[in-house]
Amino acid sequence: MPAPPLLALHGVCKRFGVVEVLTDIELEIRAGQVVALLGDTGAGKSTLVKLISGVAPADKGVIEWEGGTVQIRRPHDARDLGIATVYQDLALCGNLDVVGNLFLGREIRRFGFLDEMEMERRTRHLLERLTKDVPDLRARVVSLSGDQRQTVALARSLLGDPRVLLLDEPTAALGIDQANEVLDLVDELRDRGKGVLLISHNLGDVKALADRAAVLRLGRNNGFFDVNTAPQETILSSITGATENVPRRTAAPDAGW
Amino acid sequence: MADNDTRAEPAAPPSEARRPRPGQAVARAAESWVAAFRRRLGAGEVGKLPAVLVLAAVWITFQSLNENFLSPRNLSNLSVDIVGTGLIAVGLVFVLLLGELDLSVGSISALAAAVFAVLNVNNGVPEWLALIIGVLAGTVAGTVQGFSFARTRVPAFVVTLAGLLTWNGLMLYVLGTSATVNLDENGLVAKLTSHYFTNDAAAYGLAAVGVGLVFLMSCLDRRRRKAADMPHRSLRETAVRTGGLAVIAFASAYLLNRFQGLPLALLIFLVVVAVLDVILRRTHYGRQVYALGGGVEAARRASLSVARVRTAVLAVSGTMAAIGGLFLASRITSVSQGSGSSILLLNAIAAAVIGGTSLFGGRGTTWSAVLGMLVIQSIASGMAITDTPAAVQFMITGGVLFAAVVIDSLSRRSQEAHGRA
Ligand SMILES: Nc1ncnc2c1ncn2[C@@H]1O[C@H](COP(=O)(O)OP(=O)(O)O)[C@@H](O)[C@H]1O
Ligand SMILES: [Mg+2]
Repeated sequence: MPAPPLLALHGVCKRFGVVEVLTDIELEIRAGQVVALLGDTGAGKSTLVKLISGVAPADKGVIEWEGGTVQIRRPHDARDLGIATVYQDLALCGNLDVVGNLFLGREIRRFGFLDEMEMERRTRHLLERLTKDVPDLRARVVSLSGDQRQTVALARSLLGDPRVLLLDEPTAALGIDQANEVLDLVDELRDRGKGVLLISHNLGDVKALADRAAVLRLGRNNGFFDVNTAPQETILSSITGATENVPRRTAAPDAGW
Repeated sequence: MADNDTRAEPAAPPSEARRPRPGQAVARAAESWVAAFRRRLGAGEVGKLPAVLVLAAVWITFQSLNENFLSPRNLSNLSVDIVGTGLIAVGLVFVLLLGELDLSVGSISALAAAVFAVLNVNNGVPEWLALIIGVLAGTVAGTVQGFSFARTRVPAFVVTLAGLLTWNGLMLYVLGTSATVNLDENGLVAKLTSHYFTNDAAAYGLAAVGVGLVFLMSCLDRRRRKAADMPHRSLRETAVRTGGLAVIAFASAYLLNRFQGLPLALLIFLVVVAVLDVILRRTHYGRQVYALGGGVEAARRASLSVARVRTAVLAVSGTMAAIGGLFLASRITSVSQGSGSSILLLNAIAAAVIGGTSLFGGRGTTWSAVLGMLVIQSIASGMAITDTPAAVQFMITGGVLFAAVVIDSLSRRSQEAHGRA
């Protein structure tokens, strides 16, 4: 029997008021695997990420972690499991400096006080591995460029040595060089046995990097693909809705009274 | 953070072959300081500079109008007069850092004073016990408001507006029929603002301890950073910075000693401000306060407990308001139905903002309350000394506050523009 996936969702639903944004979602992320989450704008990708990271918890459905059912009710729960997230809007505190943002909520202390030096040292160490363009670590994040902020958010997600990473369009705002740095990093994370959920609109990147692709359409699953074998056109048409791969419930008999 | 003194400056250049003369050293340190300052100005961080300039202008103006303004006597009185409202303003800094306002601090300060006065004077409760109960009354009032704010998500200014009325009503109820309660002139609370350490050693000792601590901490930090091969300040820069602080500290001590010595009230004020500054900027709790001011949603996603921090911040504000109220009562040795007037609230808010704490949240330190109070009280004292009517005083303070708010808003916009580049 193969090991259970690190993270699995079964029949997960999320509604905002009367709008059901996610319906009966299935998803699996295995260790050492990059899963691409694809879908048009508004398909519910970011909502799914927030659901898994506890920011907008699920209303219905089951979340399994290494085969056991878990509850993710708030960001804390996801973090304790080992799930780290780069949100689409990055969710950084603009008034804190780079170091402050990286260690927010898990500051290193020394004699009860913040150990700024140690945090700065680790931040520098981490950022130097990630990018050639290391920002001023003591600059407020609000004064950084978009690229730099993205790097900071990425660095923050790596800090606690998580086991699953949720990356919501981590390359969207980046130039080519920087985007490649991020993609290399994703590759490296896979090799280190992490599970990665990667949201991207660039099918080329997905083809090059991901192992599997899960397509969302209008808040429902619309097919799973093995990226290495499935033709790009098939994936594309699944995203745009040219093919509806949803296992449609046949119209209930009582519909025709 | 704006005033992070561990801010990474470029590492010191390798030691030169030829030893620089001290004059040169100072000039070089000043140069690097100016460069760092320019960079911050460019990024829209003006910090305390405007308030320092205004303070200098106010002092020069009034000194030229009346040569008694900068006399040891007047400055010593000034240093005691800023304490009551200043303590309230320090608590407000916490609330402002969240990007919120606490309108109840005036009422809470009066409530605490009334509780103390009635317990001690009318009911014979020992002073120390009545004092503790008075302060705790402020803590409880603040916590109740904090809890309501955190749970109902009604903006803090609305919750505390309700608080303003409630606590004011409660104060009148506590005072009952006694319109004014006079405190024991020789009691503990009266001593808070009337006691002076007449021995010259006290003021100089405080200056020495303060400067020594700052110097020691920066040296320790510098050594650790150097050992870890991290960017650190040059010894020269550390020395010049501490030197600047020493000049101010010892000059103040000298002036205070030429009147009646170190006021107890000032000692308490400075210690409280310094301790709270360390808590805000050097502890996990303080970091959470700043984070919430920078973005509640971002803080929540970083697993911070938003409700707990909010409650705690209003509890701090209520506590500081109560302590401030006792100092205000101490200064006039009485508590009356008119205590905690609205002008007190406005002055406390104005002090924090004039001193450089942002109304938009996330920026500022407790020292801004000291600086802002110095500006406000200097204007008040100068007006009194030159017989200017109160109407003019209000208008000038209002003008300074307006300027501070404009600078705050401009610097925020400039920062955002900087980031978009
Ligand atoms: N907090 C919210 N309240 C109401 N509707 C929301 C909220 N967040 C997202 N939605 C809706 O959910 C849908 C999916 O959004 P999102 O997950 O951001 O899509 P994607 O990331 O795939 O572009 C959109 O129609 C959006 O309007
Ligand atoms: Mg999205």
